[in-house]
Amino acid sequence: MSQSNRISGGQIDRSKTLSFRFDGKSYQGHAGDTLASALLANGVRLMGRSFKYHRPRGPLSAGSEEPNALVHLRSGARQEPNTRATVAELFDGLEARSQNAWPSLKFDALAINDRLNTFLTAGFYYKTFMWPAAFWEKLYEPIIRKAAGLGALTRQEDPDSYDKGFLHCDLLIIGAGPAGLSAALTAGRAGAQVILADEDFRMGGRLKAETLEVGGQAGADWAAAQVLELAAMPNVRLMPRTTIIGAFDHGIYGAVERVSDHLAVPMKGKVRQTLWRIYSRRAVLAGGATERPIAFENNDRPGVMLAGALRAYANRWGVAVGRKVAVFTNNDDGLRTASDLRAKGLEVRVIDARKGEEVIDTSGRLGLKSVTIRSNGKVETIACDALGVSGGWNPNVNITSHHRSRPVWEEAIAAFVPGEDGPVGLTAAGAAAGALSTHGALATGQAQAIAALADLGIAAKADALPQAEDAPVAISPKWYVAGGKGRAWIDQQNDVTLKDVKLAQQENFTSVEHLKRYTTLGMATDQGKTGNVLGLAVMAGLTGKTIPETGTTIYRPPYTPVAMGTLAGRSRGKEFKPFRLTPSHKWAEEQGAVFVEVGMWLRSQWLPKAGETHWRESVDREVLATRKSVGICDVTTLGKIDIQGTDAAAFLDKVYANNFASLAVGKCRYGLMLREDGMVYDDGTTARLGENEYVMTTTTANAVLVFRNLEYARQVLWPDMDVQLISTTEAWAQFSVAGPNARKLLEKVVDQDISDAAFPYMGAGAITVGGIRGRLFRISFSGELAYEIAVPTRYGDALVRKLMEAGREFDAIVYGTEALGVMRVEKGHVAGNELNGQSSALNMGLGKMVSKKKDSIGMVLSQREALLDPNGYRLVGVKPVHKDGKLTAGSHFLAIGAAPVIENDGGWLTSKVYSPHLGCDIALGYLKAGDQKIGTQMRAVNLLAKPVQETLVEIVSPHFFDPEGERLRG
Amino acid sequence: MIINHPILGPRDSQEFVYLGAAEMMNRPDGMSAGIEEFHEWLYHRDNPAGEHRELWYHEQGDRSWLVVTRNTLTHEISRVELARDVAKAMGRSK
Amino acid sequence: MADTLHALTALGQAAPQTRVIGPYRIEERFDVALASVASRRGREAEVASAAAAAGIPLPGPARFTAGPLYAGFWVAPEMWFVEAPFASHEDIVAVVKPIFGEAASITEQTDAWVRFDVLGTNLAALVEKLCNVDFARAADGYATRTVIEHMGCYLIRHTSGALTIYGGRSSAQSLLHALEVTAASLL
Repeated sequence: MSQSNRISGGQIDRSKTLSFRFDGKSYQGHAGDTLASALLANGVRLMGRSFKYHRPRGPLSAGSEEPNALVHLRSGARQEPNTRATVAELFDGLEARSQNAWPSLKFDALAINDRLNTFLTAGFYYKTFMWPAAFWEKLYEPIIRKAAGLGALTRQEDPDSYDKGFLHCDLLIIGAGPAGLSAALTAGRAGAQVILADEDFRMGGRLKAETLEVGGQAGADWAAAQVLELAAMPNVRLMPRTTIIGAFDHGIYGAVERVSDHLAVPMKGKVRQTLWRIYSRRAVLAGGATERPIAFENNDRPGVMLAGALRAYANRWGVAVGRKVAVFTNNDDGLRTASDLRAKGLEVRVIDARKGEEVIDTSGRLGLKSVTIRSNGKVETIACDALGVSGGWNPNVNITSHHRSRPVWEEAIAAFVPGEDGPVGLTAAGAAAGALSTHGALATGQAQAIAALADLGIAAKADALPQAEDAPVAISPKWYVAGGKGRAWIDQQNDVTLKDVKLAQQENFTSVEHLKRYTTLGMATDQGKTGNVLGLAVMAGLTGKTIPETGTTIYRPPYTPVAMGTLAGRSRGKEFKPFRLTPSHKWAEEQGAVFVEVGMWLRSQWLPKAGETHWRESVDREVLATRKSVGICDVTTLGKIDIQGTDAAAFLDKVYANNFASLAVGKCRYGLMLREDGMVYDDGTTARLGENEYVMTTTTANAVLVFRNLEYARQVLWPDMDVQLISTTEAWAQFSVAGPNARKLLEKVVDQDISDAAFPYMGAGAITVGGIRGRLFRISFSGELAYEIAVPTRYGDALVRKLMEAGREFDAIVYGTEALGVMRVEKGHVAGNELNGQSSALNMGLGKMVSKKKDSIGMVLSQREALLDPNGYRLVGVKPVHKDGKLTAGSHFLAIGAAPVIENDGGWLTSKVYSPHLGCDIALGYLKAGDQKIGTQMRAVNLLAKPVQETLVEIVSPHFFDPEGERLRG
Repeated sequence: MIINHPILGPRDSQEFVYLGAAEMMNRPDGMSAGIEEFHEWLYHRDNPAGEHRELWYHEQGDRSWLVVTRNTLTHEISRVELARDVAKAMGRSK
Repeated sequence: MADTLHALTALGQAAPQTRVIGPYRIEERFDVALASVASRRGREAEVASAAAAAGIPLPGPARFTAGPLYAGFWVAPEMWFVEAPFASHEDIVAVVKPIFGEAASITEQTDAWVRFDVLGTNLAALVEKLCNVDFARAADGYATRTVIEHMGCYLIRHTSGALTIYGGRSSAQSLLHALEVTAASLL
């Protein structure tokens, strides 16, 4: 049965035979085939089972509107569900399987649903599975999901790659049928930058499927010649296999290019698909039209097809879907199918609704065998294996609706056409605009291109159009055949029947939006491309309203389904985001450091030594070694902002809550930044390097935000201030050197005198290291005698090695972010967990830092009554009463004996570490009236732990370690 | 969306960070205005369905703060100004 | 005085790296010093004349201009990045500051960035996969800030066959990776 239904003609390459498999069976087709055309050529009409009733189904269409012929394409990790066989380009070795059928497509156990159809009508979930509520999630939904549905995911990692790109043009033309080609030729010849995108692998649109002539040539040949001319124009970019998926604001369109889907496996280095963002100044939608069916009893059997699809298979692919064909139409276009098929030698019976003829039923369980016709009262059954149905053509208005424009009803063609208020800069041409003849397409394509370019000041010429048919649309609307049992399909993908629409109407779900949600009409992968208008026309008929009165739902992006991988592009796995490496990264890697992601930065979390098996061993050692002698930490990630200008000092006074004007040259100061609502959002030290020159540091996390806010302050709030800003975060490699021996170590490295007298606490200034320019700041986060030393980043790697070498005699170590965290908690310094966006300086015990003698951001509102509540939250230190007591950040404070209810909540633990000095867990926390509770005992309760964790704790000063700060001034 | 930057011409809104209503520029002076005035300024703003003047920051661009007049119903952008110019015209200085 | 320090490039090597991928050549540049020059308020004219006298090009928005010694490109209103040979301008601020005196704020930027020069035919095909810059229609000397794989960069078009990208130094490896993968996908 090799290609038994292949007939002469078509635009396939018969010299190239391709082998493929469907449901395990081998077939052959030709280059230029789709999976659907090749299967039909082999006499295979049955390609899937329906969503709800598991009805046997074959393709309804020959294009992207397909509701039925959805398959699993490819196998293994590359298997893709819900692929439309009607657009899947055939390649050698293609493998596909049918979906939603078990154990096989021909015998599907769940076809029992079809017998139960009386119970499975619209809304049956809502009515049947209401009680008890708990059953829905645990029982009903899983069963329904298994029974009803589309394809299945492989749950394997996608082996292919995807990327994205950006394109710019004067005119984007969506669709390369006669209208799109005409528009592209007009614009291309005028010299405009043009992108012509078409979802098909071959351009030409409907001309490929017709026997119509254009300019005395076969339409398909004319189209091919125009594509050749366009391809030779450097200002025209042809994008076949590219679907415009959505119109976004201001001329931006999304497009998916299927780069490798026509190959078994993408070529080396190539992506499978590319997501393009197209920036157009104007766009023309030339997306054509989609034929719609007529609803009649059992109109969903394999072999029942849209009439235009039947003709497309014959003309484009040389495939006779059946040898004995019937055509049921309400318009002249259906007659074109009949005459084309007759010309191919097929036997065709026309059932013209306009003459009182109609199809009232069909037979054939797995494929059409006969149709029953009622003709002016006379009923007869004729044998046939294909039935073409034409209920008229719907312009593809989808993209014009993406900004909520509603299509309008055009009585002359009995269809919706684009509304007036579509996306700005987008106009429709050809069948998409309701110009359904070939001449109409050529003429409107040209006219819309000329108009669009005129808007841009580009003059385009109206060349003489080639001769083409200009038949009027002769249609007499007929939506459904009355008198059946109601098993007449409207939306085949969602198994919505005439009966379902009637039920929705009876239950008063008559608005189109309700109709959609109640029956699921127009949902899932095809988004109602064939069924929507039919469904609402039926509703209009049932309610006695006109179609315009009934209205229509509108369309959202994407136009056709988009793979998740395409949207993700290269951003997945290790490439989800870029990495930022610190200057000591290479050295730390050599030491076997464990890295932690801090935003995009990779920082050393701890640096294990040989024999250390638990992270705490490493961290405890790093803390103890630093406090005992000296430790080094890469702090390059802190934001650094260079601030210069004659108003720099005044500027700092505005953006910091505390005073900065008094800061002397060569000194640095800790600063607190508030939001306007009075909450603290960032902190850091700022050094005055010169009269009009400062360098500010921010937290790692807020570097970008602080910079943005500083720009806001200088451009918007105080626009006349003479202040210039630039980030220098990455320009300098900066290391903290902390511990009692910090100075001794640095004295070996720094060329200048850095004695306490020459470089006092909070000093800042220029130094050199082996002649290399650098900066030194005497600041401390750890509470130790500490410095931060900076050199140009290129020398950062050399500096850490030099520091370690110089520090050998002091047993210097490098510590990571965990040890940093331990030491800052021991000192009671706030960090991210305390800077939580809902805490004021007063909450942090830093209330006195907020100067009321100057206007600074957040000062006024930080003084609101509720924020000054003496019983509000205060930062406290927390120690377990018993040394082995465990603390957990997030635990809540409760008074001894108080029930764990919200009224008794005293606050919470923000940060917890193990302090190797104190030999126990310690924590910081926000406690109501905490400053008044120092020395008292409370419970720290973690209700989320199982069993609930309760620890008796002592409330202490947050300064666990060296509270007088003697060490850092040493 | 495309924002027609007064200096750089049309730029994709993806390069920008949105802040909110341009009324925010009218910050009271903290030395003369009290809590009520600040409260009113910070928290009470219109949320128009239609034309809206708003602040956008060209973070992945030239770091200009812009005042963009945008219709919240249609996204039509009718005017784009440098926020500094607007601020100065409002009388803001140091 | 202690021993001097030895420099590493942004890619963490002793010498700059070059990659050749099909028609594309990606060169890490380690020999260019960079400083920002920002005019102080109200002193724009002084800055312009001092720059002109010293041969430092300070072009208009979105432009790059090269001179005999210095090159410059616009980055923000009243702010430019100035390039000079690293060999002669290792401490570029010390050289440039006297030219402008108190009329401008000068900040060293050399090590804040990694610089890649990309050479080859059909660079437009590469750029359209990297960032939202209409490279094909941009004029020579176009300079813009843009985003490549979430990384903020400056892109300068020298000719249709030569461009420069400045990216954040810390993400130099990620930026090179993005360039390499994209170039390879176009072969």
